[in-house]
Amino acid sequence: MTTAPQTTAPPQTSDRGIPWMRVLLWAAIAFTVIFSLAPVLWQVLTSVKTNDAITADAVVYFPGLDQLTADHYLDLFRRNRFYIYMFNSALVSIVSTVLCLALGSPAAYALARLRIPGEQVILAIVLVVTLFPYILLFLGLLEVVRAFGLANNYLALIIPYTAINLPLTILVMRSFFQQLPKDLEDSARVDGYNTVQMLWRIVLPMTLPALVTTGILAFIFAWNEYLFALTFMTREEMKTIPVAAAQLGGTTLFEVPYGPLAAATVVGTLPLVLLVLFFQRRIVQGLTSGSVKG
Amino acid sequence: MTRDYIRERQQRTGWLLVTPALLLLLLVYAFPILRAFWLSFFTENLSTSLEPVFSGLDNYGRMAQDGRFWQSMRNTAVFTVFTLIFELLLGLIIALSLDQAFRGRGWVRTIAILPWALPTALIALAWRWIFNTEFGVWNDLLLRLQIISNPVNWLGTPDWAMVAVIGADVWKTTSFVAILLLAGLQSISQDLYEAHAIDGASPWQSFRQITLPLIAPQIVIAMLFRFAQAFGIFDLIQVMTGGGPGGATEMVSIYIYAAVMRYLDFGYGAALVTVTFLVLIAVVGITWLYLSRLRAKTE
Repeated sequence: MTTAPQTTAPPQTSDRGIPWMRVLLWAAIAFTVIFSLAPVLWQVLTSVKTNDAITADAVVYFPGLDQLTADHYLDLFRRNRFYIYMFNSALVSIVSTVLCLALGSPAAYALARLRIPGEQVILAIVLVVTLFPYILLFLGLLEVVRAFGLANNYLALIIPYTAINLPLTILVMRSFFQQLPKDLEDSARVDGYNTVQMLWRIVLPMTLPALVTTGILAFIFAWNEYLFALTFMTREEMKTIPVAAAQLGGTTLFEVPYGPLAAATVVGTLPLVLLVLFFQRRIVQGLTSGSVKG
Repeated sequence: MTRDYIRERQQRTGWLLVTPALLLLLLVYAFPILRAFWLSFFTENLSTSLEPVFSGLDNYGRMAQDGRFWQSMRNTAVFTVFTLIFELLLGLIIALSLDQAFRGRGWVRTIAILPWALPTALIALAWRWIFNTEFGVWNDLLLRLQIISNPVNWLGTPDWAMVAVIGADVWKTTSFVAILLLAGLQSISQDLYEAHAIDGASPWQSFRQITLPLIAPQIVIAMLFRFAQAFGIFDLIQVMTGGGPGGATEMVSIYIYAAVMRYLDFGYGAALVTVTFLVLIAVVGITWLYLSRLRAKTE
């Protein structure tokens, strides 16, 4: 009876009304919420505690007013010039996301509609490539970066970030284009549009929601990347947030600045938390159509 | 005639649209792998003044004798197997509960995907702090619950360090598995369950006989993705333990990075990359075959 999607479906517990199924469900939900939030909240709490409260003999779970401080955040921006890293991360992520959409969506359209020879081979390559861990690429890319003198240049990150997001973009956008009604394009052709004009004037405006979905995913992957950023950016003013934050702690286990570290984690994750809050549905949609339907 | 012409023009446009993306993929994916394969037959390190000198299979011979390499492979295997098992179990539980209707489900789903979206390197910092021996909240909780009687040096003890990095990775990526499995669950028609219940099946029987077989493809795909990522895990380990203590959590990726960046042993690093790549491709290929057979069966 209920073929409707989840949002309108009535409670799906057993008709026989066994209460323990409901209890089990709520236990699982409580577990999910605590499991997912606790480590993040602990970091937030640490970031606003005074150094004395952080290193107190008994762990402080509920700091009093005199144990709270904003110093760790102020430190990040005064002493560590964290805005530079934020700017770098934002620039590299946004530019690579835009580039990725610009290169990936036309390719996705061609793979969805234009029936080019070798289509299956290209798709298979795109699928397999999503599975390659970055560590397999960094040695070869390091040589490319050196050969072109790109070390400490934004391009050293923008180019690989664009590329690592291309497979996902192509898969998600392709599955979107396949769902577009073909009549629209046919009538555009009757009106005398060529492929490129049609893409630009008819398909692109309709594609905006899918572009946003894909763009969010690409942005997340670019913002979070660590290995290339660590290897190709050695000058302090070129570093991105994940690398800069990780190096804040140094390598020694002693004298670790716990407060600023926690604050750095919060600052670096905040943009992503906001993205998840606003675009949760799109992220889920993009991830599933990128890996399952492709 | 005109039809052929239009088709030809369409194909040309198609290639034009695909080519830029393909070129970039070649540069960033194909070149580094092929280059590593080529370089793996050369010795290029400080002893050759960083000049490549052809040395045949020397790097591979050295690898066979290299205890550190085998140790890193073993660590990677342990890490991969345990993270995948826990992620599948927890991911299934989370997906099953998110598949039910309850008030506030949107919020719970948002919270559940949060760990996946956050930067791994920063999350590794958070976990390093949680597992801190002296001030860490994990030790404090266990002490309060009287599970341990003395603080444990989680990241400084070989076996516990492995447990800690596995725990952190499970936290980070379970939501990815849950999202994929949830998509599978939501594509199962409710009618199937109702019919099964009328036949007198218990929820557990329904789960075994309907749910599991129908989401098997999603399980395999999620595990495939997770396998590849866990096998190449770098940032989490590098930031949390740096591969320590004493190499106890050194994964093959950490070893590759050290070989190239610390020892400047490019030829050997390239051989390590090549072998890691081949292992990965072999597992992916086998899974692929299995998956296509699975799909053929369900369709």
